Amino acid sequence: MTSATDLTLAGARGALARREISAVELTRTFIGAVEALNPRLNAYITVTPDLALRQAEAADAALGRGEGRALTGIPLAIKDLFCTAGTRTTAASRILGNFVPPYESTVSGNLLRDGAVFLGKANLDEFAMGSSNATSAFGGVENPWKRRDAPEAVLVPGGSSGGSAAAVAARLALGATATDTGGSIRQPAAFCGIAGIKPTYGRCSRFGVVAFASSLDQAGPVARTVEDCAILLGSMAGFDPKDSTSADMPVPDFAAACARGVKGLRIGIPREYRLDGMPAEIEALWRQGMDWLKAEGAELVDISLPHTRYALPTYYIVAPAEASSNLARYDGVRFGLREDGEDLRDLYERTRAAGFGDEVKRRILIGTYVLSAGYYDAYYVKAQQVRTLIKRDFDQAWERVDAILTPATPSAAFGRDDKQDDPVAMYLNDVFTVTANLAGIPGLSVPAGLDAKGLPLGLQVLGRPFDEETVFAVGAALERAAGFDAVPAVRAGA
Amino acid sequence: MSLDTATVRRVASLARIRVEDGDLPRLEAELNGILGWIEQLRAVDTQGIEPMAGGGAQALRMRRDEVTDGGIQGEILANAPDRAGAFFAVPKVVE
Repeated sequence: MTSATDLTLAGARGALARREISAVELTRTFIGAVEALNPRLNAYITVTPDLALRQAEAADAALGRGEGRALTGIPLAIKDLFCTAGTRTTAASRILGNFVPPYESTVSGNLLRDGAVFLGKANLDEFAMGSSNATSAFGGVENPWKRRDAPEAVLVPGGSSGGSAAAVAARLALGATATDTGGSIRQPAAFCGIAGIKPTYGRCSRFGVVAFASSLDQAGPVARTVEDCAILLGSMAGFDPKDSTSADMPVPDFAAACARGVKGLRIGIPREYRLDGMPAEIEALWRQGMDWLKAEGAELVDISLPHTRYALPTYYIVAPAEASSNLARYDGVRFGLREDGEDLRDLYERTRAAGFGDEVKRRILIGTYVLSAGYYDAYYVKAQQVRTLIKRDFDQAWERVDAILTPATPSAAFGRDDKQDDPVAMYLNDVFTVTANLAGIPGLSVPAGLDAKGLPLGLQVLGRPFDEETVFAVGAALERAAGFDAVPAVRAGA
Repeated sequence: MSLDTATVRRVASLARIRVEDGDLPRLEAELNGILGWIEQLRAVDTQGIEPMAGGGAQALRMRRDEVTDGGIQGEILANAPDRAGAFFAVPKVVE
């Protein structure tokens, strides 16, 4: 047998069910891989080997009794934005420091219900604000992929779910939880050559997920295959009375949808996603994706999403506004870091100055400004109105198409030292992904090819609200056609 | 619209984030860079367009107005940076 770390999640599930490998053996293999590579990649902030082995023992017992569930014995990484009872949860911020939640997020609780094994808490941009993992208070994450012409250069894994994506790509977990507010699942998945889906807003409960921008935040999985993402989402999703925005709808069999094919589907190609200055390789991969779907029997339809160009500036009003409100809770009084002050107000100001990093402070200040008296209508209400127009563009598109195909990112992974000086240049990473958050629709990133330097590039599939099944069907068809089998330079067993 | 130093100071104060005087020029430049870029939204005609407040299409549910937990004082206080008995402790507020 090849190394257990090279199994897909579905493959590992089969091997566990057939008792070809025990959950404890599988978990020990992954713990060894994490011990060997995490000091370099920094994909995990906190590693929980003892907890993982206890969970693996329980999984073996359940399998022995014939009581295996969807994820029994499957080792996963949990983005350190999901509260995990008894395990430190930091949001990659100094201000949460040694916060140990007394409760479990609904999504991670659903995974535990289904028998998953938690290897640890994955690194991320601080409070999920960033596209390169550079803003983590626990240090950046190294992308396990290398440029052919500069194998020594350290590349970013994308963000904010960069630790989750790097861990899965480097075979330090079979899958991982992630969250996506403007592209934080799909952009790192594309940069790390793996799959990731942001489901429809309301599909996964936000209860126990450290809040960034509540009307945009959605949890979803990253994994090495589309089917693995479908299996994970099937466990993570579901109605939760503890989140008032959770959708009270049945969870379909996402994994079954992966085999549907695309025959007869109408696939929209939005002309506004063809950007000036976009690398020719990304344009070529997009065309290749269109050809693949056409060859599988889909019909391509040119569509227009005219407000696309306003999506990022809209996002950078709505998201900071909501963040400035959500992050008001970090005051040094009830939990987290405290810096003493002369009086209560001084305590607040010193605590927040010491506890938040630069990018988080910038966004809180922008959010505070756009919500302040005299500017609320000009900025915040205006952005909410443009958001309506962006959603309307999609609503009109769904009258003509079943899914939409776009590139996932405007570039491949970049160097750790690039783009750090100009916040706006960093924001442009999410140009293709942010519209899905504003409109509340599902979006899947699929690894589809390599650029000339050997770095992975992704394609994105967007779908109607609560129609992840079609998104999975299209994504799986792209995956089959692409036959993406490249592997990163840094990985377990290499 | 462009922020001046006094406005940056006021916004930081509203946000309860201490900013050292030496950091104000850098912050002012960064915030103006972001706000200048956001200005392009002015070009969009939004006359009569309803603002989209939430992320989902459904109306928010109301739950029954009843107590659903309690008796977890220890858990609530477990992460407190400072406490006095069963209370969170803060510096004296009233002289």
